[in-house]
Amino acid sequence: MNASAANASNTPAGGPGGPYQAIVIGGSSGAIDVLNVLLPRLPVGLRAAVIVLLHLPRDRRSLLVDIFRTRCALPVQEAEDQQLIQSGHLYFAPPDYHLLIDNGPRLALSVDAPLHFSRPSIDVLFESAADGYGDKLVGVLLSGANDDGAAGLAAIHAAGGYTIVQDPASASMPTMPEAALARFSGQTPAPHVLTPDAIAARFIQLHAQRLL
Amino acid sequence: MPHKTKAHIADIEQRLLLDAIYHQYHYDFRAYAQASLKRRLQSALTQFSCKTLSQLQDRVLHEPAVFTGLLQYLTVQVSDMFRDPSYFLALRNEVVPILRTYPSIKVWVAGCSTGEEVYSLAILLHEEGLLDRTLIYATDINPHALRAAEQGVFDLDRVAAFTENHARAGGRSSLSDYYTARYGRVVFDKALREHMVFSDHSLATDSVFAEVHLISCRNVLIYFERDLQNRALGLFHDALVHRGFLGLGSKESLRFSAQAEHFDDFVLEDRVYRKKAGR
Repeated sequence: MNASAANASNTPAGGPGGPYQAIVIGGSSGAIDVLNVLLPRLPVGLRAAVIVLLHLPRDRRSLLVDIFRTRCALPVQEAEDQQLIQSGHLYFAPPDYHLLIDNGPRLALSVDAPLHFSRPSIDVLFESAADGYGDKLVGVLLSGANDDGAAGLAAIHAAGGYTIVQDPASASMPTMPEAALARFSGQTPAPHVLTPDAIAARFIQLHAQRLL
Repeated sequence: MPHKTKAHIADIEQRLLLDAIYHQYHYDFRAYAQASLKRRLQSALTQFSCKTLSQLQDRVLHEPAVFTGLLQYLTVQVSDMFRDPSYFLALRNEVVPILRTYPSIKVWVAGCSTGEEVYSLAILLHEEGLLDRTLIYATDINPHALRAAEQGVFDLDRVAAFTENHARAGGRSSLSDYYTARYGRVVFDKALREHMVFSDHSLATDSVFAEVHLISCRNVLIYFERDLQNRALGLFHDALVHRGFLGLGSKESLRFSAQAEHFDDFVLEDRVYRKKAGR
């Protein structure tokens, strides 16, 4: 085992890791209000790509791109299969497909069976992102009514990524953040537990430190 | 062991396993999208009681039955009949009027898996009065899926969703006209099957086998890396008649492919393309 590999993987979550190449954000019911706080405050010049996955009705076109395109400083688009991920771009997962990070790094879609009754599933995105980005990844889990995302966030954490969970007290549906936090009870370092405003402030701070 | 090292070793193991499968069984997954494949292989590890992909590779090489089982994990896709009803509506309203001008019609469903789309197309063509002069080639690399497709048997609890999709796809008949239900399953009418030919065919390693008027290949290319996508699209171009039609999945596109210049958008929002005149 060489020393540099060992060092890189020992970066504690919350410690001076980075610079981070991507932010993955997952949520379900109640999360769109949080995105409304977070995404418009992402600064132009962000070096990381931002990939957002919400549970959505499967049989309708997603309006997220239309909604956020006018409100965000970053270029906003729906994720397309085999698309190379560009830094400083904001991607939304389309409904009824899983979204994964593949070699490249590229975006990849699949129609594999739903996980936690969800397609797209946050676990699928987060676990593949942890594989692809390792400790160069920020994972954020927001409000939601099931436990999708908990395993994925743990995978990001285990890979040395920077993990943030929305403070359950600030979530309109606390099940999802609570399920994620339950996996870390008593563990240090644990994910950062932050309100929507504090998450936005943290992004800006990390950007100012040239880590995002 | 540091996480990074473990992840790196897992990547090596995955490449070696896919090489082993190719050399021993001639199934080529090496140019498949690796992230999806990785998820499927991880769940296969549990099924075959292996701790690592290296262990699984050992079993795959020495126990052909393990490979047969693994193939299910790597290839089977569950789709719905008339999935994305607007796609079928586009075929019905825009493509069928042109197909109607041909004395005989050939359709290729590439990557048909367990056959949901094949039966959907057969029913649509029957409703439009074209099935009698149509032959549908349905191909897949998975022999078990092909056998299931050929039987045309689906679980009864899926039929409500199929029926709703069929209606939204502009269905002119009742889906129940085409099947009989028994013991929690439905069996589709043999008369439909007379117009289908099921066959083993790989988009990764085989070549064109027929000239066809319409190819439907949906949510298959998303499992391929870009080069293999281009290979498959090249086969489709070669298999299509002059001005033939190609239908892809709702999130698949020719836009970034080497074949883009050889096709026109026909019904772009439903991913129906038409081969350009000329070559």
